Amino acid sequence: MAVMSETFKPATPLKIGAPGALGGVIGLFVGVANGSALLGILIGAGLLAVLAYGSMSLGNGQERVVRWVILAAISALGLILTGTMGLVLGLIFGWLFGWFIYWIGEGRYRAHLAPYLTSGQVLWHYGFLLICAAIFAFLITPILVVMPLSFNAQDFFTFTPEMLRLDPAGYSLKHYRDFFTNSEWTSAVANSVKIAPVATLISVSLGTLAAIGLSSDHVPFKRAIMAILISPMIVPLIISAAGMYFFYSKIGMQGTYWGVVLAHAVLGIPFVIITVTATLVGFDRSLTRAAANMGADPVTTFFRVQMPLILPGVISGGLFAFITSFDEVVVVLFVGSAKQQTLPWQMFVGLREQISPTILACATILVVISIALLTTVEVLRRRSEKMRGMSPG
Amino acid sequence: MKLTKLFLASTALTAMTAVSVAAEVENLTLVSWGGAYQKSQSRAYSEPYAEMTGMSFNWDESSSEAVAKLRAMSEAGNVTWDLVDVEAADAMRLCDEGLAVEIDPDEDLAAAPDGTPASEDFGDMIVSDCFIPQIVYSTTFGYRTDLVGDTAPSSICDVFDLEAYPGKRALAKKPIGNMEWALMCDGVAKEDIYDVLSTEEGQEKALAKLDTIKAETVWWSAGADTPQLLADGEVVMGSTYNGRLFSVIEEQKQPVAMLWDAQLFDIDGWIIPEGLSEERLAAVKEFLKFATDTQRLADQAKYISYGPARMSSAPLVGKHADLGIDMAPHMPTDPANAQNTLLNNYEFWADYRDDIDAKFQAWLAK
Repeated sequence: MAVMSETFKPATPLKIGAPGALGGVIGLFVGVANGSALLGILIGAGLLAVLAYGSMSLGNGQERVVRWVILAAISALGLILTGTMGLVLGLIFGWLFGWFIYWIGEGRYRAHLAPYLTSGQVLWHYGFLLICAAIFAFLITPILVVMPLSFNAQDFFTFTPEMLRLDPAGYSLKHYRDFFTNSEWTSAVANSVKIAPVATLISVSLGTLAAIGLSSDHVPFKRAIMAILISPMIVPLIISAAGMYFFYSKIGMQGTYWGVVLAHAVLGIPFVIITVTATLVGFDRSLTRAAANMGADPVTTFFRVQMPLILPGVISGGLFAFITSFDEVVVVLFVGSAKQQTLPWQMFVGLREQISPTILACATILVVISIALLTTVEVLRRRSEKMRGMSPG
Repeated sequence: MKLTKLFLASTALTAMTAVSVAAEVENLTLVSWGGAYQKSQSRAYSEPYAEMTGMSFNWDESSSEAVAKLRAMSEAGNVTWDLVDVEAADAMRLCDEGLAVEIDPDEDLAAAPDGTPASEDFGDMIVSDCFIPQIVYSTTFGYRTDLVGDTAPSSICDVFDLEAYPGKRALAKKPIGNMEWALMCDGVAKEDIYDVLSTEEGQEKALAKLDTIKAETVWWSAGADTPQLLADGEVVMGSTYNGRLFSVIEEQKQPVAMLWDAQLFDIDGWIIPEGLSEERLAAVKEFLKFATDTQRLADQAKYISYGPARMSSAPLVGKHADLGIDMAPHMPTDPANAQNTLLNNYEFWADYRDDIDAKFQAWLAK
């Protein structure tokens, strides 16, 4: 491969054109922000084309020096034009420009690709990566934008000039302080923590039993039963919620803790059934027969043989059930009362009645917890798979 | 085996909660609007009451859908709210539908310190037999002082003047207020507004005036929207409740100022939902008597710039509890602010609301 990259030399128009195009795209964004898109494109494209031409004509040996010079120049430009924020952006873009010019100019973009690919195929390879990156950015940006805003020193969802200048005065932890000390938020957290695990436990127990029952051969009307059990996932939430409201009111469970827990359990059961049923497909029935043959009763067989094998499905189903309950706002608005005000409920009314960044602080904390939770589960799953030799990794 | 134990335990817990429903009322559920307003009520009414009597309070921020929820509660035969904060217009609707308890002001509410009976002290504010007035607020405009050029807007018609004040405006996504202001700025005299608005042509005329700024308007539906839009500089001026603007200007120190011209007065207060048990009703009425007395209403003005609904409370309005500034000049009822005002015409809107609402929404969608 190393030999290939040395022999391959891209044509000069590409060496200058590609950095020019990159400069044009970045110039477009900068230009729009400053009032003139066209001027931005022209300046960006021109600047990068000149940089690319200059660095390429200096020859091979100067790469390290040239890249440092570009980095320093762009950062200095950013610092002079817009201060600290400009310096940060300048460092990022300066590095990017230097890397890109040499990546194209030295033909490194072909280094780890098969040598027989045509130019079109190479272009598509990187085009595809670019599309993937764009989709990823599209999905993740709204979540990331929330995080710096949650450190806002003001009570609005606004990037203040101080924040953009990276001035410490523009940032504060007061919304986090509010989240942890304001009784509205702390009691909402407490309610969510009291409701979600219990609802999860109920849905996991019932859902796992239902999935095992539905996967045995002797159960009649399997499809019909399955459809009914899955229905809470398909019926619009607002319909379930209104139905539960009137039903619970009649039997005196509206506005009670157990009412909310049971309602959330009902919503979580379909997730458990689906994931556990999927795991049971790969479960070898002869194992239970073997256990029975050796004198184990069905309950022992279930806990000692079947359960450990379907555990990944049960855990991920439980995780979904937990998140369903933890995120749920429609049903709890109907079924709960002010005493069961959960975190999503508090966020919902908070967003409607007072647009306070405390919601963003809460969102940031939830995102961090979710990431930690999912990572833990994934790590545990991989470890157990490795230990059982199910995964080659 | 563990599972069985758990189920047993949970069943036992259910049984316990069922038993612990106490006969004595120790807990009231109050419904309000959330935010700074609810906090002011909590600090002025419920916290002192809790200290006095040991009563505990739950707040439900559902006032914006109070009418719908109370209908559902009464249909389900399960009223879980004890005291609900609503606008006067909603109180009238709830009273008409029999969803709110009628009260006798002189019997159920405290007299003024000088002995004036409550019915006289509240006076015209009692717009419905079920309504216990609390505050006078107004819907008015705030503008960005740094975005309006050298001459700040001083008249409501500046909202409709795109040449002098270019930029986006924020208006409520409902006809009340907007229609009146549009007619005023279209040359209709203030006393003729509702006569004109009751005619088909008058409504067309108001919408035509609104049409001139429609392209430059952001429509809000929650009171918190306009403060956010003003803080962002996304709008140059916008209407919202005066207490929200007070908070933006004095507490958040944003470059925003009030435009009091043609502010639209409205009244907000409590209703007791129909269908409470006898003990609960007695407990609620006791709290209500305390929470709407002269001192408590004056106390609320320490936390938010809404005017107390009792005449006897006005002289007691003092300084802001945290900021220490005089609250009187920030009251919508202050003579300097109330030079040109409108009062929400409940009778008119009760008759025409559905009709004009439909036309307004159709016009919005165009």
